[in-house]
Amino acid sequence: MTTLNELYQEIILDHYRHPRGRGELEPPKITQEGFNPSCGDEIILDLRVQDGRVQEIRFRGRGCSISQASASMLTEAVQGKTVEQARALIQQVLALVKGETEGDIEALGDIAALAGVRYFPVRVKCATLAWHALDEALKHAE
Amino acid sequence: MTATYRLNAGEIRKQFPFFQPHPEMRSVVYLDNAATTQKPYAVIEAVSNFWAHHNANVHRGGHGAGARASEMYEAARTRVAQFLNAPEPAEIVFTRGTTEAINLVASSWGETFVQTGDEIIVTEMEHHANLLPWMRLAEKRGARLKVWRITDDGRLNLADLDRLLTKRTRLVAVSHVSNVLGTVNPVVEICQRAHAAGALCLVDAAQSVAHMPLDVQAIDCDFLAFSGHKAYGPTGIGVLYAKRAWLEAMPPYHVGGGMVQTVRWERLVWAEPPAKFEAGTPPIGEAIGLHAALDFIDGIGRDTIEQYEHELTQYALRRLQEVPDLRLYGPLPDRAGIFAFTLGEIHPHDIATVLDTHEVAIRSGLHCAHPLGERLGGATARASLAIYNDTHHIDALIDALHAVRRLFGLART
Repeated sequence: MTTLNELYQEIILDHYRHPRGRGELEPPKITQEGFNPSCGDEIILDLRVQDGRVQEIRFRGRGCSISQASASMLTEAVQGKTVEQARALIQQVLALVKGETEGDIEALGDIAALAGVRYFPVRVKCATLAWHALDEALKHAE
Repeated sequence: MTATYRLNAGEIRKQFPFFQPHPEMRSVVYLDNAATTQKPYAVIEAVSNFWAHHNANVHRGGHGAGARASEMYEAARTRVAQFLNAPEPAEIVFTRGTTEAINLVASSWGETFVQTGDEIIVTEMEHHANLLPWMRLAEKRGARLKVWRITDDGRLNLADLDRLLTKRTRLVAVSHVSNVLGTVNPVVEICQRAHAAGALCLVDAAQSVAHMPLDVQAIDCDFLAFSGHKAYGPTGIGVLYAKRAWLEAMPPYHVGGGMVQTVRWERLVWAEPPAKFEAGTPPIGEAIGLHAALDFIDGIGRDTIEQYEHELTQYALRRLQEVPDLRLYGPLPDRAGIFAFTLGEIHPHDIATVLDTHEVAIRSGLHCAHPLGERLGGATARASLAIYNDTHHIDALIDALHAVRRLFGLART
């Protein structure tokens, strides 16, 4: 049962129950949808990028605790970051949930809680849904 | 629960290697049978025996092994015909599965006989396998797709069908048993009404074939499809039953080796059905495995299976309804052993993950029926029964559901 507790850490359940960055932005904005057809999980990211920096970011959507908590964490972590920094963070998160991270993950803050996903390969898609959507969105940022 | 049925699930499980201890695998309570069933030794040995000792291509060889392989393959076809009570083996076409069988009908029959302005009726509860081929056909041919809506308790109302059928209706496509709701649809009456209106009827039997008697003459369907792997058989093998008259009138689906009589530069003559629809080397070992699977099912007896699963279903319904905050979808109490549910606001994916850590295997999501999922309000968790399940498995599911409630704060720990 230890691994289950690692997946559903209090930080994750807290982001799920009290999502940060939930909502929409007024235009001008970039909107990117992420959808998982097998389970129906859906994330819609709204972001405003100015001077190479994510000025504002919000998410909407529905889905499981992991997908929604991950999106909530994403909005907190990415707000104010440069596009470069955001892209680097995406790579770090993808590695983290697949168990490919070596060394200290504490610097990731709340996101470090997603490390428990590595024990549940079928849930990796849930955790990465918002991050893949962000990756797509940033392609439209220039 | 009083055991009135003549079946011992524990004894049945002994016939399945999946349920024997294995050094690298945890033992699980397997309740994902609507996705695929486990395979008995008899099926695995039939497939393995063919590949080990009888492997040869069919209908081609100038040698004894080829003749023997052809015999075994055709014996499987005859067995399927007998299993479905089809008038003749030539009405059985082997496919890769239900999906390919229905695509075959939509492409071959549909593109020949469905014209602009014609209508096809599908139900709101269809799996994508019996939905997308018709959506695509309607788009290609300029035909109209009409949706037969379900009632709030997940049934089909025959009076609604009467309102949908017109002179332009060419086909009614309906599942025998819903892969989400467990609804057992009145396919005999549906076929009668379709025929009375001059339409054909296709029955998707993927979720019924292993669980209840199936008689294509009694149903009087024009087409019926099922997959081997949901009936204790191998993946990669499925069946299309079609009335001979339609198979005669339909053009080939795929073309290539084995399905042709005469090939000259100026002239092509197709082979007779069913060969006309089986281009290329067929799944021979898989067909032989399916033969063994049907023998396994009839060895227990389909009446016995139906009665046993009915009683187990009633037990499961009662126990599931005892779980606070659990919402069960589909009709009550007469239904097949497929239970889609939600638990409070907990997402079905989370339910499935927690259940998995309690060694209970179920599915979560939209179950390849997105329009139905939309109607139900999104994803659901789904437990589904087979002949080797028993009341202890249901109890394990219920215990694990209580653990889900505790973890997500629906209950005090």
